[in-house]
Amino acid sequence: MSLLAVEGLGIRFGGLHAVKDVGFSLKAGEIVSVIGPNGAGKTTLFNMISGVYTPGSGRVLLEGEDVTGLDPYLLARRGLSRTFQNLQIFQAMTVLENVMSGFHLRERGPVLADLFALPGSRRRSREAEEGARRLLARVGLERAAEREAGALSYGALKRLEIARALALEPKILLLDEPAAGCNAVETEEIDHLIAEVAAEGTAILLVEHDMKMVMRISNHIVVLDHGEKIAEGDPAAVSRDPRVIEAYLGAQAQESTHAHG
Amino acid sequence: MKLSAKHSTLLLLALIIALAPIFFPSAYYFRIGSVVFVNAVAVVGIVILTGYAGQISLGHAGFSGIGGYACALAPVHLGLHPALAAVLGAVVSGVMAYLVGRPILRLKGYYLAVASLGFGILVSMVLANETAITGGPDGIKVADLGLRTLLADAGVPLTNAQFWYAFSGICLLIGSWLALNLHDSPTGRALRALHGSEIAARTVGVDVARAKVTAFVISAVYASVAGSLIALQNRMITPDVAGYMHSIEMVTMAVLGGAGSVLGAILGATILTLLPQALTVFQQYEQIMLGLVMMLVMIFMREGLLPSLTALVRGRGE
Ligand SMILES: Nc1ncnc2c1ncn2[C@@H]1O[C@H](COP(=O)(O)OP(=O)(O)O)[C@@H](O)[C@H]1O
Ligand SMILES: [Mg+2]
Repeated sequence: MSLLAVEGLGIRFGGLHAVKDVGFSLKAGEIVSVIGPNGAGKTTLFNMISGVYTPGSGRVLLEGEDVTGLDPYLLARRGLSRTFQNLQIFQAMTVLENVMSGFHLRERGPVLADLFALPGSRRRSREAEEGARRLLARVGLERAAEREAGALSYGALKRLEIARALALEPKILLLDEPAAGCNAVETEEIDHLIAEVAAEGTAILLVEHDMKMVMRISNHIVVLDHGEKIAEGDPAAVSRDPRVIEAYLGAQAQESTHAHG
Repeated sequence: MKLSAKHSTLLLLALIIALAPIFFPSAYYFRIGSVVFVNAVAVVGIVILTGYAGQISLGHAGFSGIGGYACALAPVHLGLHPALAAVLGAVVSGVMAYLVGRPILRLKGYYLAVASLGFGILVSMVLANETAITGGPDGIKVADLGLRTLLADAGVPLTNAQFWYAFSGICLLIGSWLALNLHDSPTGRALRALHGSEIAARTVGVDVARAKVTAFVISAVYASVAGSLIALQNRMITPDVAGYMHSIEMVTMAVLGGAGSVLGAILGATILTLLPQALTVFQQYEQIMLGLVMMLVMIFMREGLLPSLTALVRGRGE
């Protein structure tokens, strides 16, 4: 059975049909990428799956159960976690605290225990801190642990969001342009990290503009254009598909000729 | 041994409270000191609500009213000891905060500010108009806490002003200890997370509506305890304690010192309690002065006094 299944998902913003009748599914350990030009509806699709937007039509199934329109915090409890294209960092907290907050579901306890700093509360905080430090090491941010998150570079914040999302030990991880704004070395590190997390059995849904990365690590690719799924298949098949080349790769090729010319 | 930030903050506070009397020119300053501490207790509650969780209330004086009048009424009508009456007031305030906050805090935006404003006005009107029970606008007498007599019998004779200075100072230390514990606890991280990004907080599993209600209830209990302290110390209470101006004063004190920091909030409470003592103009034009302070802080140091100064000192140091 698939871990995540999306059926006929759609949403309108006023007159704009931002996503239309999109469906696909995701199995444990699989990396599925959603590609398409800017404004194709990729982030909107993520927002519907993760409960940020309530879909106008269609269903989202987690392990066969209908979870359409559930609040993100309830989806988090069912093992769904995500990062954001436009960073959503807790700016005033330290880097370490940002990742510790990803342990919320495991570290939370009675409020009175927290107010009086009872041993149980302190133990839960300590465990979250140990876990968070391990994750920071994994994304290469261990030395920035005590810094205020707002002071980090864009690329570092991208990795911080990944570490926070991993802290939930999700069954399904949604990554919205994790490598945007990162240099070649950082991109390759993120690339390895994603493959590693998938190898541990997490299902990954990825939106990424770096085509080399997408082609290298995806098991399956879904192509969106103007909110509609225009193609899907394995990387080789998708990159040969004429509609895809026209809608997306072609447009990008044109862009890069402009940029260089 | 190196002290944690929490312990050094508490130690600093305890030292200031214990040593300040050495410099008091007259016994009257014990009285001023205790007013500072009582205000600071309420403002530490605002730090939890506004500084940690990012929510704004314009009606917290309503809870001070409940705490204050509980100390006046419960001993007379229920035969409770004044100390237990204060506890009862805190419980009632907490329950009221839950009932008021629960439906509102599910909504986004500034509904809480508006609704709490309404709640505060409602409480102060009831207190002023239900003359038969509350004594109306002139206020009502409050029973003696009795602790000072107990201390005198035990061989620790204190003047009334000295006793309330020490008692409210200890209450402030306890309130600060709890708030600092909360800051670095799982609940505190959830509150600060929703302040930073509500959507990201939900994504990591924080039940945002519930977390906001938690902060609202805790801060209401702080305001209630402050109201009880005012009543017990003055041996009387008037509806002004629940008034709109008192709510605004609390928020201004928190914002002036730095709503995110316990020590900053205490500094804000200290300055805005002492200013009217030092400058009679401040007393005459209190509303204008509070508005002015709020505007200047928002324009020149949005973080508040203490965080801005700390940043300045750090910037120089590097
Ligand atoms: N909250 C919203 N309100 C109105 N329009 C939106 C909203 N979110 C996205 N859109 C629109 O939906 C379309 C798809 O956007 P998006 O999903 O961000 O695209 P992508 O992530 O593929 O670049 C765009 O035209 C965008 O302007
Ligand atoms: Mg996008």
